[in-house]
Formats: sequence, structure tokens, C-alpha cells
Amino acid sequence: MLNNILEFVPKIKIAEATEKFTDLITDTFAFLFDPIKEHFGEFMEWSADTLILIPPVIIILVVAIIAFFISGKKLGLAAFSVVGLWLIYNQGFWEHLMNTFTLVLISSILSVIIGVPFGILMSKSKAAEAIITPILDFMQTMPAFVYLIPAVAFFGIGMVPGIFASLIFATPPTVRFTNLGIRQVSKELVEASDAFGSTGAQKLFKVELPMAKATIMAGINQTVMLALSMVVIASMIGAPGLGREVLSALQRAQVGTGFVAGIGIVILAIIIDRFTQTVNSKSD
Amino acid sequence: MPVIDVKGLSKVFGRNPKQALKLLDEGVSKDEILKKTGNTVGVNRATFSVEEGEIFVIMGLSGSGKSTLVRLVNRLIEPTEGSVLIDGDDLATMDMKSLRKIRREKLSMVFQRFALFPHKTILENAEFGLEIQNVPTEERKKKAQDALEMVGLGGYIHQTPGQLSGGMQQRVGLARALANDPEVLLMDEAFSALDPLIRKEMQDELIDLQESMKKTILFITHDLDEALRLGDRIALMKDGSIVQIGTPEEILVNPANDYVEKFVEDVDRSKVLTAQHIMKRPETINIEKHGPRVALERMREEGLSSILVVDGKRNLKGYVTADDASEARKSEVRDIKEILRTDIEKVDKETSMNEIFNVIHDSPVPVAVVENDKLVGIVVRGAVIAALAGDGEVNIGDA
Repeated sequence: MLNNILEFVPKIKIAEATEKFTDLITDTFAFLFDPIKEHFGEFMEWSADTLILIPPVIIILVVAIIAFFISGKKLGLAAFSVVGLWLIYNQGFWEHLMNTFTLVLISSILSVIIGVPFGILMSKSKAAEAIITPILDFMQTMPAFVYLIPAVAFFGIGMVPGIFASLIFATPPTVRFTNLGIRQVSKELVEASDAFGSTGAQKLFKVELPMAKATIMAGINQTVMLALSMVVIASMIGAPGLGREVLSALQRAQVGTGFVAGIGIVILAIIIDRFTQTVNSKSD
Repeated sequence: MPVIDVKGLSKVFGRNPKQALKLLDEGVSKDEILKKTGNTVGVNRATFSVEEGEIFVIMGLSGSGKSTLVRLVNRLIEPTEGSVLIDGDDLATMDMKSLRKIRREKLSMVFQRFALFPHKTILENAEFGLEIQNVPTEERKKKAQDALEMVGLGGYIHQTPGQLSGGMQQRVGLARALANDPEVLLMDEAFSALDPLIRKEMQDELIDLQESMKKTILFITHDLDEALRLGDRIALMKDGSIVQIGTPEEILVNPANDYVEKFVEDVDRSKVLTAQHIMKRPETINIEKHGPRVALERMREEGLSSILVVDGKRNLKGYVTADDASEARKSEVRDIKEILRTDIEKVDKETSMNEIFNVIHDSPVPVAVVENDKLVGIVVRGAVIAALAGDGEVNIGDA
């Protein structure tokens, strides 16, 4: 009897509607998606292939040298990078590492390119903040696997849908932190900038963004980490890299291979994290 | 023509400012408006003008609306009503482009907490106003350098603000404001965050600088001493309204109402301080027990040239001088009464400093302070002058 109350309307067809909507988008924007799929996919593959062509020893050396200088001429990070990267090479995962790195790098760059302007918009307009905040919450809490489905519908399989899913999942921190960073700039500094007759753009580029830099960088650091965490998930729709090794090890119950590929991801994560963090702390 | 001419300028914060303004017209108080409508009256119909080369001080306690008022003058806060004429152009209604032009060329602001850009060097900070105007690098560096030298900071140009003390940071703030050679300086509690010694130093420097640069300065402060030191004219604010405008003398001598008077009382020490605030413990001898020998000994010990004489109940009888006592000892006079002088000035302990000053001026010996004819203290000339100057030992705590 009581249950009947809950059934005052028949089941709402959210799933069907979503599917129709996705189909509609796929068809309508095919003219857009197809070239992206094709050209961007080619570009991604070209990037990964180029990285693979470079002798590993050179990459390891370059990483070590950069690590040495950004960490204030300390050896710790450089040593870790050398040992870690060599270990991945030793385990025969170098190509996968390069693929993963390409995926993370490009999706992070895109996240920042998209995220920072939205963050600025949010910081400047209360209305924008009110609209964007729940969307970001939605993007971050929806299980990441769900994004794979439309990603495949739009872009087929491979690196491009991986990037797409990663973008949705990893962009929010950059947006949030950019907004936060700009809103945290002291009121007097903003007033000073206005009082001397800055235009909106001058205020943004000469005062607000430089002052918010540390906070924005913290957001970017999170974005990069989230992009990396999408690598394994994106491998389910054919994105190459260390994630695919983990996935196939899972499917074949090869605990050893899975572990080693996992370690590879951890090493990459630590290096990227330390790199972005040190760059950040140096700018303070 | 005045450089700044503010007419009927109001600011109401809240959802329904027009309604609040109407209530103000009906004579409803700021507090009641807040209760009734939820609107906060920041500034209520401020009208004043500042002439070229004048230091015009707006003073009031916190919450009086003075910081809002200065921000209305360069429109960092949008006015609800009224006009701000800068050289005849109404800032309150002009478009953003003209507003920016005026801010760049005519108005500069110095902030309470300095508002320096921590990511820029001192020189870059001083260049900011010029950088915004896209002045060529060489030229703006030179102008900024000149401004820094003017405030005595020529040697620190490549440091960052964090490396400088508060006083030096505010010099940078001042240099930044001066670098684009504005007509008007808006100084919002510019020295309030500095410690008292540095504050005084900066006030002196501002006065010195003003001698040569002749800017029109709108100076905001909560400190009446500062207002009196700097201001050619002073406007007193209370609850968002200007309650009196006048020269320092006018305000001190003719306070417009109780509020102003209360302020002024604190400053005019001669009216507030009485004998008991500045008196010292007196050295005395007892007329019934002591002779010239004791008197002389006591004076020698204390390094005095005269000493007060009292009876057993501390009723003041007079005084003896060291010369008389010495003479008396030689001539074997034993009784202190023989050399007692009674031409001593007495004041009640409630006597004001002004009156004491008149009395002590003609008195060769310290003035005795009495309460019902009983001696309670003495006042020496130095203490009166020190108290009037404002830095004497004033024992208000004991009073």
C-alpha cells in the first residue's frame, strides 16, 4: 500500500533519454568529432612515437638534469628519477611509459587550457560560479568509467576518447583552484590595481594571476595526478600504455605483470608530482 | 575652483539603497535603518571641497565611513547618490574609460596596509602606475627611481616588499603614488599601521615633501593628533556624516557638537589634566620638631634649594630656602619659624593645567598642591611643560 505512493508516476526514462541525447550529439557533431578523432589521434600517435624514437638514455638523463636543477641542486629527485626510469626500462615497459606519458601530458595541457579560463570566469562572476560549481561536483563524483561510454560513442577507441574522459575527470581541480586563487588575492591589492587605473585585463595579468599562481599550480598538480589515474581506466577503451598492461594482467590473473606495471605508474606519478610541486614551491 | 568638489555624496550598502536614502531624509538614524531595512549607511550626504595644494584630513573613528568616503572619491566603491568633481569632471557618472584616465593621471592612492605587490621588486612596485599607462620602460624606470629617491629609498630598488620594514614599505607605497605625478593623493590611513615613532617620522616627511610638491592631499585618519599635525583643514565624521569642517584651530576652539568636543578634549591636555596628574611627592620638614640644621641636611640630601614646612597634621605653613637655613645655622638660630617664608603659591589638586601654568610662571619655588589646606604634593615647572607637550610622566592611573 505504502509503496504505491512512490509509484505515482511510471519509471522515468532517464537512461533512454540520455542515450538518445548522446546519439543526437554523436550524429550532430560527427563533422566535428570525426576530424578530431582522425587528426588529433594522429597527432597523439606521432607524439608518442617521437618520444619512443628518442633513445631512453637521453630521456633519462634530461629528466635527471631537470630534476637536479628544479630541486635546488639536490640529488634526491634526480637519483630517484634515474633509478625509477631505468627500472621501468629494465622491465620492458619503456614504450608503454612513453604512451602513458603522452596521454597524461596532453590531457593535462588541455585541462589547463580549458580549466584556467573557466576558473577566471568563475572568479569574476557570481552567476558563473553558481552555475559551474555544481557541474564540477557532478564531473568529479560521477564514476570515471561512465565517461568512457560517450567517449567511445564520440571518438571510437584509442587515445582520443581516453583524453576526452580524462579531461572531464581531471579538469575540475584546475578550475576550482584558479577560482579560489583569484578570489583569495587581497582586496587591497585589487583596489590598488584599480586605483591606478588598470583595465580588467591588466588587473588580471599583472596582479591577480601572478598572486594566484601558487594556488593555481596546486590545482594543476592535482589535475595531472587525476589525469594519470585515468590512464588505467582509459585503457579499457583501448588507450595504450602502462594502464593496458595492468588491465591485461588483471584479465589473465598475472599478478606479477600487474604489479610491475603498477609500479611503473607509481614511479611516473612520483616524478610528475615532485616536478610540478617543486616548480610551484620555487615560484613562491 | 577646488580640485576635489564633493557634493551630497552617499553610499548605502544593501539591497534597497534608495529606500534607505529616503529614510535618511526623514531623519531616521543609521542604526534604525539597519534594523528596519537591512541596509548599512556607509556615507550620508558628504559635502566638502579641497583646494589645490591643501592637505584635507577626514577623521573619524572606525565605522564612521571615512574609508568608504575616500573610496567613493576615486570610485573604488560606486556612489549611491551625489557627485565627485575632480577639476570639474564628475567622476560619479563618467564611463569606465574616462574614469580610468582620471585615475591614471590625476588620482593616486596610498593604502593603510601598503598594498604592495609581493611578487614585484620595489622598483617594479613604484613603476606600477606608469606600467599601467604603458609608459616606455626606460622612462618609467627613471620616474619610479626618482620617486623612490624622493622618499629616501633609492638604495633598495631590487629588493621585494617582504624584505622591508613597515615604514619603508609605506615609503614605497608613497613613491608608487608619486611616480605618475598625480594632482591628488588619496591617503587612506596611510600611517596607521606604523608604530608611533615611525608614524611621526612619516608625518614630518610628508609635511616636508608637501613643501616642495604642493599636491592636493586627502588624508584619512582616526588619530586626531595626526589630523592636527597634517591638516590644513579637518573634516570630522560620525556615523557616515561629516559633523564639522574647519581648520585645526577652529575645531579645537569651537567644537561643533558634543561628539567633536569629546574628541578634542583628549587632545587639549591643558584643559583635562589637573594638578594631581603631574604633582610629585613633596619633601617636607615639621615645624614643631625640626630646626634649620635638619632643613639644611634634608635639602642637601635631596638636592633642593628650598623645602616645604608643615605641622604635625600636614597643614602647609610655608617654606624655607637653603640660603636662609645656612645663614640661620651660622648665627645659631634654632627656631625654624624665624626663617619661615609664607609667600608660597598654593593650588587645589583639582586646579587645571592652564591655571597652574599662570601661577607657576611667576613663582620662584615649586607650587604646593593642597587638599583642604593639607599638603598633598608639589608641582615643578618642568612637569607642567612636559605634560603640555604631551610626553611627560602623567600619573593618571593614581588619580
